[in-house]
Amino acid sequence: MVGLDHYLLVSGLLFALGLVGVALRRSALVTLMCLEMTLNAANLAAVAFSHYLGRAEGQILVFFTIVIAAAEVAVGLAIFVALFRQKQTVSLDDLTSMRS
Amino acid sequence: MSQVWVILFAPLLAAGLITLFTRRSQGLSAALSIGAILVGFGCALQLFAALGSGQPLSPAPIQWLSVGPVQVEIGATVDRLSLLMLLVVTGVGSAIQIYSLGYMKGDPGLSRYYACMSLFTFSMLGIVLANNFIQMFIFWELVGLSSYLLIGFWFERASATAAGIKAFLTNRVGDFGFMLGILMLWSYAGTFDFAQLQSRLPGLHLEAGVLALIGLLIFCGTVGKSAQFPLHVWLPDAMEGPTPVSALIHAATMVAAGVYMLARVIWLLAPAPFALEVIAYIGGFTALLAALIAVAQNDIKRILAYSTLSQLGYMVMAVGLGGDLQAMFHLTTHAFFKALLFLTAGSVIVALHHEQDIWKMGGLRQKMPHTFAAFLIGTLALAGVWPLSGFYSKDEILLLALDHNAGLFVLAAFTALLTSFYMGRAFGVVFLGQPRDRHAFDHAHESPLVMTGPMLFLVVLSVAGGWFSAVPHFLQPAAAGAEHSLGLQIGLLAIPALGFLVSGLLYWRGDASDAPLQRALGPLHRAMYHKFYLDEIYAVLIRYTQDLVAAVCDFIDRWIVQGLGVGGLSLGVGLVGRVVNLLQTGQVRTYALWFGFGVVVVVYFSLIG
Repeated sequence: MVGLDHYLLVSGLLFALGLVGVALRRSALVTLMCLEMTLNAANLAAVAFSHYLGRAEGQILVFFTIVIAAAEVAVGLAIFVALFRQKQTVSLDDLTSMRS
Repeated sequence: MSQVWVILFAPLLAAGLITLFTRRSQGLSAALSIGAILVGFGCALQLFAALGSGQPLSPAPIQWLSVGPVQVEIGATVDRLSLLMLLVVTGVGSAIQIYSLGYMKGDPGLSRYYACMSLFTFSMLGIVLANNFIQMFIFWELVGLSSYLLIGFWFERASATAAGIKAFLTNRVGDFGFMLGILMLWSYAGTFDFAQLQSRLPGLHLEAGVLALIGLLIFCGTVGKSAQFPLHVWLPDAMEGPTPVSALIHAATMVAAGVYMLARVIWLLAPAPFALEVIAYIGGFTALLAALIAVAQNDIKRILAYSTLSQLGYMVMAVGLGGDLQAMFHLTTHAFFKALLFLTAGSVIVALHHEQDIWKMGGLRQKMPHTFAAFLIGTLALAGVWPLSGFYSKDEILLLALDHNAGLFVLAAFTALLTSFYMGRAFGVVFLGQPRDRHAFDHAHESPLVMTGPMLFLVVLSVAGGWFSAVPHFLQPAAAGAEHSLGLQIGLLAIPALGFLVSGLLYWRGDASDAPLQRALGPLHRAMYHKFYLDEIYAVLIRYTQDLVAAVCDFIDRWIVQGLGVGGLSLGVGLVGRVVNLLQTGQVRTYALWFGFGVVVVVYFSLIG
């Protein structure tokens, strides 16, 4: 029998995977994807809670999250394109101008 | 009685009016000041007349300060003690102020002079009338301030300014002890009021040590104001002021304040025998020390200044021996004859165009007969020759010493001998013999009536001030003076006779000089001439204390304030900044990692913590 715990376990693993990806990968694109993964981990947890608690708020929240994530990806990709035009790279190792 | 407030505030009013309105008109300023003190004298006489009527003389006190348990009133004590002082201060004070008209004639700062004089009179009267310690302390400080103004009156002279500062600072040292004593007394008794303190004190059952400490701390005030050893150094330097100022400060007012204060709080000192003993010895020592120094001085005003110190020593010693009546008696007569001596000295100084060195005077007897006679009477009174006032008051003190402490009696008797000797010396050199400075002698002339008049007034008082033991009987009608044999009194009379004899042999002749005395005393004479090097010792002491304090302050500033405080703080902030700076790698991933870390921490605490 698959219960709430299993969903939460998968969600936690996904989140950890995403976080590790954000922390370790060099390409900005991959980092963005990993970020999406953490968002989806949260989505999964929200839907699971919504189902098992019999309340709709979790699923409504997920819709918002998906919309915001889509917008975020659009903005993020635009930034990367602009960055690439400026610096000819999207490798995060080379983008250290936040420390002067 | 409203006269009391008139006496107190008339001089203040005069000082205010002179300062604000009449500075341009010297005559009006002088008239205001003299008028104020004469009105005060008149009111004091009126109070004196009302004394017998039995009605209460002290006006109701005014509540001045009320902070929790601290209640301070401004009141006026009018009893026999303060009435005596009122009469002395206003009486001698008015004589001196009238005399100043002649002495200060033509001085461009005359208005300022009279404003300061009035302020000084006001302050002194405030001390006399004070009915509690706080009021007394305020006026005590006011006297310090106005004496500073008067001593440094000729402020163009650097030495006068320095003397004023010295007087003020030396007094502050004593006043600090005085203040500590007042506060300590308050912490035990909870009141500043003299009458309440007097009634509460026996019920407090204070330890002997505490009482002695309070007594000695309060005595510190006297040591400063009445110029007792070791704070006597300001008084001779205060001679830099105009001579009438010296007469006022050294005779009737400021220095008398210390002795008066002791007499006012004698109930506080009486149960502390140790404090009294210290007071007696300090007084006796001051008397001897000052008399020794006076023997070797050449400035006529300095001789008188050291003689004042010496006589104040007598008074303080008398208080220490439990004889506050005798002290007040001597204070009164001393005010008369010392004011007289200063005024006559001022008359000589003016006649010789501000020459103060006695070795440039001489033979003035022919030129200034009135001044000569007045100085002679002052000298005899100071030396204690029968039947002048000094004889009665000084002998009371000598006999008191004989009854209580043989050592102090010998010391006091020897001081009396020295007194007659140095006064005989000054008298002989100034008025007898041949003129030493022909030019100055030719210019010498008798002083005008405005100066000789007050001198005559003081001559009368100096002669008659001691008859019938008037002062002790006035202060304490029931007191019966201890009877002493006639032989003893004649013996005491021999002391000034001997002093005059020796000084007469040495100085009452045309070729008088200090050489025989210098030969006889050797290095002692040199030490006496240099005031036993006390000023120099103090200078060195103060320099070393100052250096030490400066070193300590420097250490605190450099290592604690600068090192630990300012430096430590900036070092700490800098270190934290450096550590935090390491987190700022510029790598987005690091920020993300820290962000995730932060989320975990926040979630942890919001769910579990």
